[in-house]
Amino acid sequence: MTGVGAGPVLKVFAALVYAFLLSPVLIVIVISFSADSFIVFPPTGLSLQWYGRLFGHPALMAGLQFSLVIAVIVSVLSLALGVPAAYALAKGNFRGREALANLFLAPILLPTLVLGLALLLFFQPLRLTATIPGLVLGHLCVTLPFVVRMMTTAFATLPDEVEAAAATLGAPPWRVAQRVTLPLAMPGLLAAAALSFLLSFDETVISLFLSGPRASTLPVEMVRYVEGRTDPMIAALSVLLIAGTLVIVIAVEKLVGVTRAIGR
Amino acid sequence: MTAIPKSRSLALLALPAALLIVGVYAAPMVGLGRMSFNETGPTGAMVNAFSFDIWAQMLGDDFTWELTLNSLWLSFVATTAALVLGYPLALFLFRTESRFRGLLIVLAVAPMLVSSVVRVFGWLAILGDRGFINFLLMQSGLASAPTRLVYNLTGAAIGLTESLMPYMILALLAGFGRLDRTLEEASASLGAPAWRTFTRVTLPLSLPAILLGWLLCFVLAMSAYVTPKLLGGGRVFLLATEIYDQAITTVNWPLAAALALFTLVVLTLFLGTYSALSRKVQA
Repeated sequence: MTGVGAGPVLKVFAALVYAFLLSPVLIVIVISFSADSFIVFPPTGLSLQWYGRLFGHPALMAGLQFSLVIAVIVSVLSLALGVPAAYALAKGNFRGREALANLFLAPILLPTLVLGLALLLFFQPLRLTATIPGLVLGHLCVTLPFVVRMMTTAFATLPDEVEAAAATLGAPPWRVAQRVTLPLAMPGLLAAAALSFLLSFDETVISLFLSGPRASTLPVEMVRYVEGRTDPMIAALSVLLIAGTLVIVIAVEKLVGVTRAIGR
Repeated sequence: MTAIPKSRSLALLALPAALLIVGVYAAPMVGLGRMSFNETGPTGAMVNAFSFDIWAQMLGDDFTWELTLNSLWLSFVATTAALVLGYPLALFLFRTESRFRGLLIVLAVAPMLVSSVVRVFGWLAILGDRGFINFLLMQSGLASAPTRLVYNLTGAAIGLTESLMPYMILALLAGFGRLDRTLEEASASLGAPAWRTFTRVTLPLSLPAILLGWLLCFVLAMSAYVTPKLLGGGRVFLLATEIYDQAITTVNWPLAAALALFTLVVLTLFLGTYSALSRKVQA
């Protein structure tokens, strides 16, 4: 036996670790079809009752709707604010560029628990807690740094010559951006939009601080539900969320792949 | 005239985003610091002041230090377990020549994309009194009554370990780039048994990746809230759970703010000591 390649011992160990890592998600899928009223595994019978009951649960459905609205607004604003900023960081050459890049990274380095508390204390006197604008601003604090970082890399890899050529041929700056720069950066834009949507939709800790009785996101409602009782309804909801995430990830992969193919 | 705007004027494009970050990150953080110097009156209502009362009260309370030790201990256990479990998997992913390597890597980090509440629910179904583990224990006759595996420190540690592992695996995989296979081959061809090649060649070469991955996950563990809160069932008392309780349940904002800043100070001190030590180890 040599020290190279994956030996049989390593393979067995890797399989066991995969089992540990993936078992919670796999078990959630099985238990969503349970006929029991408690968390029992293995289930004593199978049914679709929890999927049916889920759609009749007002708090979870309201949370789902609220989270979707917020995630859409957050992704649009993240791109609208983050893409120009990333362009400036990638192509600009001005004093304070380093400091600006650090400012955009700073919120990622801070635990969301501390950030959530700071936002609660700051927003309460402004009456922004438990409102859509408040939650959107809180989520932007998380998504904007990611979008800026992703898009800075994407713009930095774009060749300057193409834009320069369009400009030489007489295109005004906004037209260069619209016809050359943005189409070239499209794969990155789609990926950044999907990432900010998912980050906002899954954000739990900041939302726990900023949610209120009549304005709670889905993860907050889920935490409250799991704290209160343990029946398989959350499992049914989880399966739908996992399926939704998969659709988004695969769609981006396909779109970005296709866009790249056309671009070449 | 050049149609590409001068690079200086490009800075204006970053202005709206910069203002937003200052408004919803820098300003609230300053406010958090200010809040910790307010006082809590006898009725529990907040009093605007500038005093060190809350800090003195917090640092003089044994409970604060108990919370700190609990947080450090749980983070240490979960991070170390994530390293011990994640290392072989990362090594396997680094070495495998399978054509499904890409898919295998995605599977290892996929749990990151699944909400932590969902994974907590999965652990409740595995570790609960009527969960999978207790089902196996009772069926096989090894136990006659269910073993308590959730709503205590054990459950919190298991769930936290799992939630850290994708980050650990990514950090290790990134660091394995320095592993040179020819060195391992040389060791093997000189007659070293496999375990000796591992302890003398593979492990020392991957030490920087181990140190970095451990640090990253420890910081994540110290600030984790949802997983230890739900799997601890309110019986595991940590800095993170106390900050939330003081802010939302007790509504003692000055204390919540002081605890949050105290946690940041503990983390910063830890980071400093850790990087000094790891520089020594690697030297």
